Amino acid sequence: MRLSPDEIIFWEYGLIKLNATIVFTWALMLVLVVGSLLVTRKLSRDLTRSRWQNLLEILVTGIEKQIAEVGLSDVRTYLGFLGTLFLFVASASLATIIPGYEPPTGSLSTTTALALCVLVAVPFFGIADQGLGGYLKSYMEPTFMMLPFNIISEVSRTLALAVRLFGNMMSGAMIIAILLTITPFLFPILMTALGLLTGMVQAYIFSILAAVYIAAATQTRKPKPAAKP
Amino acid sequence: MLIDWFTVGAQVINFLVLVWLLKRFLYRPILDAIDAREQRIAAELADADAKRAEAKQERETFQQKNQAFDEQRATLLAEATDAAKAERQRLLDEARQAADALRDKRQEALRQEAEQLNQALSSRTQREVFAIARKTLTDLAGASLEERLVAVFIERLRTMDGEAHALFAEALKANSDPVRVRSAFELPPAQRERIQAALNGTFETEVSVQFDAGPDLVGGIELTANGQRIGWSIQDYLGSLEQSVTELLSGS
Repeated sequence: MRLSPDEIIFWEYGLIKLNATIVFTWALMLVLVVGSLLVTRKLSRDLTRSRWQNLLEILVTGIEKQIAEVGLSDVRTYLGFLGTLFLFVASASLATIIPGYEPPTGSLSTTTALALCVLVAVPFFGIADQGLGGYLKSYMEPTFMMLPFNIISEVSRTLALAVRLFGNMMSGAMIIAILLTITPFLFPILMTALGLLTGMVQAYIFSILAAVYIAAATQTRKPKPAAKP
Repeated sequence: MLIDWFTVGAQVINFLVLVWLLKRFLYRPILDAIDAREQRIAAELADADAKRAEAKQERETFQQKNQAFDEQRATLLAEATDAAKAERQRLLDEARQAADALRDKRQEALRQEAEQLNQALSSRTQREVFAIARKTLTDLAGASLEERLVAVFIERLRTMDGEAHALFAEALKANSDPVRVRSAFELPPAQRERIQAALNGTFETEVSVQFDAGPDLVGGIELTANGQRIGWSIQDYLGSLEQSVTELLSGS
């Protein structure tokens, strides 16, 4: 019984090893980049546009709108990071309909890597927005007594991000694997459909939480935008 | 161990590379395209607004011009109507005057024609009357018209009343000039002698007489001396004939 695609190792040389997680991540990256490259290569700036361009425009403007609803004002600064988080996690779970594929997000290594990126991105954007002093001061809000608790919360929420995504993705793949051995035909298909749904929900949750954390780090001193709960 | 730290590091790098690639190939071109389109739509909307405003202005200008044109046309039409009326009146007056002149001319011509006809009629009548009288006298009494005229003249001389006779005698005495006996035709010598004799007998003196012939004396004979006059003429008959003919002509 293997819990992670990390355990499937294609090639190994000392510390360096090429496991299924990395390979499938590369495959996803290739598909995403080549796909967007093909579409954006002949981009139309007129009123008429191709269906693929339309799809990508809906995707990008949809992500933009979600980020804006969280309360981040300068959406385009965070679009690259948050949008890529969502697209990577969503495409990783969407690809589970391909037989033989193992989602890289089903590996705790990947989810940890993403959570670490969020952990670093939050102070990065916070400092870029408010300056170093302003950002560090936010750890002592409302009093300096809260400093340890704020640090603990920072670490624990990163851990939670990683484990939540891993657990969901891993369990989905696991349930399908187990069910395939028990009831080979109909039931695994239903569970795959359910897995697709939970994958999308997880992608949404992951990127929205990252957005909320960044918003919390950047918006502390700024007036809240109107009509954004 | 579920976490493989080498894989974690590789995935972090992978993710950062993916972020950079997608920024480069997905978000930026797509957002650029959307911005360009929005700008274009905004520009087109602004252009459409400008064109609409321009069209509105053009329409107002056109309406004003149209109104001015209508007014001008009405004015011109009124002027033309007035001019045509005046011209019509002038032409009518001219025609009326021309007709009046023509009518007057025709009336004048008619009047002259009638006058000429009258003259021709009277002279013709005179000649006819003389011809008839001459022929009648010749046929019936074997006497000539001249003889009868002279006889009538002499008869009148003799039967002249006293007052006229005295006036004539006075005139003959006062005047040494010869008395004039005028007749419509040349008197033969025999008749002249008879008149001379009758005058001598009547006034009991030698009267010198000058005989004249003139067609203006209408068919007759007369004696004039110092404003006194005695004679006979067909004039009276002709006057009554002319009157009756004129009555006949005007009645027809």
